[in-house]
Amino acid sequence: MSKPSMNWAAIDADPRFQALHRKKTTFLWGLMFISTVYYFLLPIGAAYFQDLFKIKVWGVVNVGILFALSEFIVAWAIAFIYSKKANAEFDAMAQEIINDAHKMGS
Amino acid sequence: MTKIFNKFALSIAALLASGSALAATGAVADEFKWMTFAVFGVIIAITMGVTYWAAKHTHTTSEFYAAGRSVSGIQNGWAIAGDYLSAASFLGIAGLISLYGYDGFMYSVGWLVAYITVLLVIAEPCRNIGKYTMGDILAFRNEPKKVKTVAALSTITVSTFYLTAQMVGGGVLIKTLIGIDYETSIVGVGILMLVYVVFGGMKATTWVQIIKAGLLVTASLLLVMFVWMPYGFSLPDYLQAVVGDSKVQAQVAKLLGDKATTMTAAELGQRFLEPGLFLKSPIDQISLGMALVLGTAGMPHILMRFFTVPTAQAARLSVIWAMAIIGGFYVLTLFLGTGAAMLVGPDKIASIDPGGNMAGPLLAQYLGGGADSMLGNFFLAFVAAVAFATIVAVVAGLVLAAASAMAHDIYVGVIRGDHATPQEQVIAARVASVIVGIMAITVGIMAKGQNVAHLVALAFAVAASSNLPAVLLTLYWKKCNTGGIIAGMLVGAITAIALVMISPNMTYPQAVIKAANKVLNGEPASEAKPAVEAKPGEGFSCELFATCKKAEPAKAAEAAKPAKPGTREKLVTLQAKLDAATDEADKKKIQTDLDKVKKAHDKAEGDLKKFEGQTTSMVGLEKPFFLLKNPGLISIPLGFLAVIIGSLLYRDQRAEDMWDELYVRQNTGINAEAASAH
Repeated sequence: MSKPSMNWAAIDADPRFQALHRKKTTFLWGLMFISTVYYFLLPIGAAYFQDLFKIKVWGVVNVGILFALSEFIVAWAIAFIYSKKANAEFDAMAQEIINDAHKMGS
Repeated sequence: MTKIFNKFALSIAALLASGSALAATGAVADEFKWMTFAVFGVIIAITMGVTYWAAKHTHTTSEFYAAGRSVSGIQNGWAIAGDYLSAASFLGIAGLISLYGYDGFMYSVGWLVAYITVLLVIAEPCRNIGKYTMGDILAFRNEPKKVKTVAALSTITVSTFYLTAQMVGGGVLIKTLIGIDYETSIVGVGILMLVYVVFGGMKATTWVQIIKAGLLVTASLLLVMFVWMPYGFSLPDYLQAVVGDSKVQAQVAKLLGDKATTMTAAELGQRFLEPGLFLKSPIDQISLGMALVLGTAGMPHILMRFFTVPTAQAARLSVIWAMAIIGGFYVLTLFLGTGAAMLVGPDKIASIDPGGNMAGPLLAQYLGGGADSMLGNFFLAFVAAVAFATIVAVVAGLVLAAASAMAHDIYVGVIRGDHATPQEQVIAARVASVIVGIMAITVGIMAKGQNVAHLVALAFAVAASSNLPAVLLTLYWKKCNTGGIIAGMLVGAITAIALVMISPNMTYPQAVIKAANKVLNGEPASEAKPAVEAKPGEGFSCELFATCKKAEPAKAAEAAKPAKPGTREKLVTLQAKLDAATDEADKKKIQTDLDKVKKAHDKAEGDLKKFEGQTTSMVGLEKPFFLLKNPGLISIPLGFLAVIIGSLLYRDQRAEDMWDELYVRQNTGINAEAASAH
């Protein structure tokens, strides 16, 4: 199967591709940053803020347990937010570029 | 092909039969062993059926390495979960929670968060750019021969570390559960996995992983239902019962030692839900967290799964499913672990396996009605079979990843310069699988009785320090090139391995001998000690390397302690007591105590003999020089740095010129490898 050769530089320079690139970059690395910071709060909190983690809030359930459970919720939420945005926006933007790709730069 | 397959299936059956004959003592009682073998047999029969079907559809390289790129997103999500949830996470984390409460649960969080990295920056670009291996991604705009060689070496290194840990862990596990010989278990797991991989390739491996993930989730859900139902599925009510349990309180008192004397029973129980019973070093924790969060995305067997789906969208969907399954499973471990602590008791769990690995299986046995009941043993048999399926599925994924690096990167890419015929490529892939499989069996048997715990940490650390910086920077940094990738992968891998070699993970004979002597001879009486204030260390680097003084935490005042007898003395006194006892119940109790002491005594004696005359570890150190168990904190930044410096020094115009193509393709999927028409 031979693949058509493309003018990659022209596609890259296309304003639609540049828009997709900018949107994706800020969105992805932003989410990455939030998730990393939130994750490392757990070991830091467990080591240096034990008094806070020990506070009982719901019967014997303390802040520490709720915080650990919230790590799961946050991870799932980030996955959900990303996939929603990608399905709704990034895929459509990419599809437009794909449709016109062979015409670009010629 | 199918003829040879039939022969193999027969020999497996024979092996299994010989395995049941060899079975000695294990957690499953002898009269119920047939049940375990029956469940094993059913699982093996189903997976063999799948392999037979897959073998008929596996003719091309794309089918062998990537299941023809025809795996759906949802299927791949289950397969990723099956590939990732190793016996260590299934049995190990439930065990840690059952022994140490909160810290065990905290440990499980990183394994899910790791998939955020995979989802956001790795899965889709890799699907769009990649073909069969990590080497393909790295070779995209670089010099293929050089890059593929280094990538294959790194892949094989990571896979071998992880594979060895899985094989040894699996062998021990099967022995503890059902009493099959260590060597027989290793050979059994090895041959079974080889049959899946060699005949069915990625298609069979995928389905074995899906089946295993399904079994694992079903078993865990059922157990949690039984554990949680009596409390009306209320979290506070359930945890109230856990902290109110006397076995849990006794365990906390044991862990805290002298500090526990001033605490009430309720305080002790509550302490089980608070941090600090197991994980003592926050810097080590953060280092491990870094290795997990970045290492998962650099694991070759995980990367490889993204080449099996038809599109980037399917790759995305598969990570979402994997996160739902993996995350859900780790939430369940909270209940499995605390449930086992409350119902079975940490003391009993640790008496069968000190690492707590038997918490899940023992909980299953208890919930079914206990060690003497039919249902209890059926539950145990089922969980044991799930554990077995788990090991085989993970090992199959690892072998496929290592074999693809060997056959596709080294043989086809480097030696044959990409000029191998399709048929030759498939043969190379199968031969490489057999080589890796035999290597895994050999290494597994040779490593019997070795300390392999550090190998899992090492695999993740190498993946995070060597593979991830290279993959991430070639995908997202225009100036990245061959020089950077070679420098980064070598520096990352070598630093990670070297740091682990001098870390507390290794065995230090002097410490072992000292501990063994303490067990045998006991401790002399000590005088009361005043409280000691916390001492600050001499700087951050002192927390990492044994060159200067580490910070020391405050110590509470200690009361005078009487001398503690060693096992030598205890054996004599207990024996005398046993001889003097007349009551049958008393006798039985003393006998159990005596057995326990004898076990500890024999282990200490064995250690003394094993390390007699040795004073230094494998690399000639008397005590650890690097103080963290996980090297990620240092080796990951170094890996990234080496890619950057290497790229800037090497300069490659072609790599920069091809950046547009790489970047457009990874974002749009134009010209991505298509699914084979079926």
